[in-house]
Amino acid sequence: MQISSAFGFLPLLLSGSIGVLLGLGGFTFFYAEGASYLSNDPKACVNCHIMREQYDGWQKGSHKAVATCNDCHVPHELIPKYLAKMENGFWHSKGFTLQDFHEPIRIKPKNEAILQENCVGCHAELVSQIATHPGNDQNMLDCVHCHAGVGHGPAR
Amino acid sequence: MKLNSKLIYILTILVVALATVGVMLLLGNVAQRKEEATQNVFRVVEITEETIDPAEWGKNYPRQYDGYQRTVDIERTRHGGSEAFQRLDEDPVWREIFAGYAFGVDYREDRGHAYMLSDQDITERIKVVKQPGACLHCHSAVIPAYYKAGVEAGIAADEAHRQEAILKGFELVSAMPYTQARTLVDHPISCGDCHDPETMQLRVTRPGFLYGIRALAQSEEPLPHLPSIERWRKDGKKGEYEVNTMATRQEMRSFVCGQCHVEYYFKGEGKLVTYPWDKGLNVEEIEAYYDEVQHKDWQHKLSGALVLKAQHPEFELWSQGIHARSGVACADCHMPYQREGAIKVSDHHVRSPLLNVANACQTCHNFPEEEMRARAEAIQDRTLALMNRAEEAVVALIHDLQKAQEAGIPAEQLAAAQALQRKAQWRLDYVSAENSMGFHAPQESARILGEAIDYARQGQLEVAKLVQPVASR
Repeated sequence: MQISSAFGFLPLLLSGSIGVLLGLGGFTFFYAEGASYLSNDPKACVNCHIMREQYDGWQKGSHKAVATCNDCHVPHELIPKYLAKMENGFWHSKGFTLQDFHEPIRIKPKNEAILQENCVGCHAELVSQIATHPGNDQNMLDCVHCHAGVGHGPAR
Repeated sequence: MKLNSKLIYILTILVVALATVGVMLLLGNVAQRKEEATQNVFRVVEITEETIDPAEWGKNYPRQYDGYQRTVDIERTRHGGSEAFQRLDEDPVWREIFAGYAFGVDYREDRGHAYMLSDQDITERIKVVKQPGACLHCHSAVIPAYYKAGVEAGIAADEAHRQEAILKGFELVSAMPYTQARTLVDHPISCGDCHDPETMQLRVTRPGFLYGIRALAQSEEPLPHLPSIERWRKDGKKGEYEVNTMATRQEMRSFVCGQCHVEYYFKGEGKLVTYPWDKGLNVEEIEAYYDEVQHKDWQHKLSGALVLKAQHPEFELWSQGIHARSGVACADCHMPYQREGAIKVSDHHVRSPLLNVANACQTCHNFPEEEMRARAEAIQDRTLALMNRAEEAVVALIHDLQKAQEAGIPAEQLAAAQALQRKAQWRLDYVSAENSMGFHAPQESARILGEAIDYARQGQLEVAKLVQPVASR
């Protein structure tokens, strides 16, 4: 009898602590504007201030009228798109929280390949006579190697 | 069974507790980043024109002050850096090139901003020659002292006459003996030298630059890298070019450095610090100005030539380079933006970009740090190789002139060769004294050194005509 009453206390404590965790977690998610990262809004990309320069540059870039961050930086298909967001989201959060990333920031090879595929995605007709090798800038130059200003505007 | 489920309950509680701690830490971190991003400046002390001590400014701007304080760091780069090694020992030919001049006695590599005043107190150059107060124009936070001297000389002590008082004080303090003027200042460069204390806007305070840039604006020299001057010219050169109201912010990020990192001389008996830009910023335009006003820094002890000493024409050489033409300011490489948490500040630890390649170069250049450093050092190594040849040529001419004098050739016959020494030595010293080992404008540096070699060898030919007996033809 005594044992079971003490034992009955544990589920209560557990429920309570899980509730606190859920509440805190939910608040942190809301406070950190977590839901915005599921959207297509470029403003979500400057939430953490690291992308401020890229965001400002994009405002002055020629592609602002036709493409948001996601149009160039994540795949267009639904599932690969959210997989890429998940992976990048993890590395970005880790980098910004622990402050342990290279500066100035540099695109990863995997994302470079996605970017190149997206250039070709829209400009397929124009470059149909040119071989492209997404993800291998040594094999054949990516579009942005020369057209560096189209997305993020002039460097200075 | 009961014990097992009890264990599971307890473990779960522990895991949930740890997860909660993790979430709390993350929440705290997010809140901190959000706080940083609001970029609050807490004005804990009031800063005025009279506030000279950088520590006071540092109370309001601690991030910038932290960087400023680190200019005490001493670190060598391959060709320079901030260690005060004796350049005369590193390359003894300079003792001969500077023979008869204070730089032939003591010519140490310059250190960081923090040492500008104390290093001048200990240089042999102020002991072997009586120096004027003019030196303090760039070796100290001198503007409040100028203002005070101007007010004491009778200029009204109100805001409307502030600039007038400063310019008057500039004249008075420059003419004083160095030891007397030195008692008027306590600090090396301070925040107010480049910043308005009220708004923190960049500003030019040094009278030498205010006058120099006006003269430059009036000249015919094309200045594509200084768009506000081109605009002022296009608008019909109304009034004077006023740097503090007309220059763009990006230009100011070079002009504040150009207040001191320039070629200059002390004009006339008043020892006014003067930037020789009336004809333009090129090495031969500055030379033409010096020739016109018949300026000489000293008479060479071995050759008798009336020669020039180049100071540190960083602003002038940068003006000839590709970075200036691309709109890159001094501060972009020497004080690049750096991130602290969620905010960006300009790095006030002013230093060689080679000590900070990631922030200084990679913002624009998408290549590895090692590659960027190798590119810069390749330019510098090439400049040094050419400079060594130019040194040999100039010293050879000096020796020839010396021998010609010993052989009894009259001075007036040597004038042409001496004039060529002046030209050659000026060009060699221009690249040597400039603090980038050619990097600020590589091709221009090579051109100047090429001319130095040519003029020196031409001078030797002149001497040879005089000393070789006619019979040997």
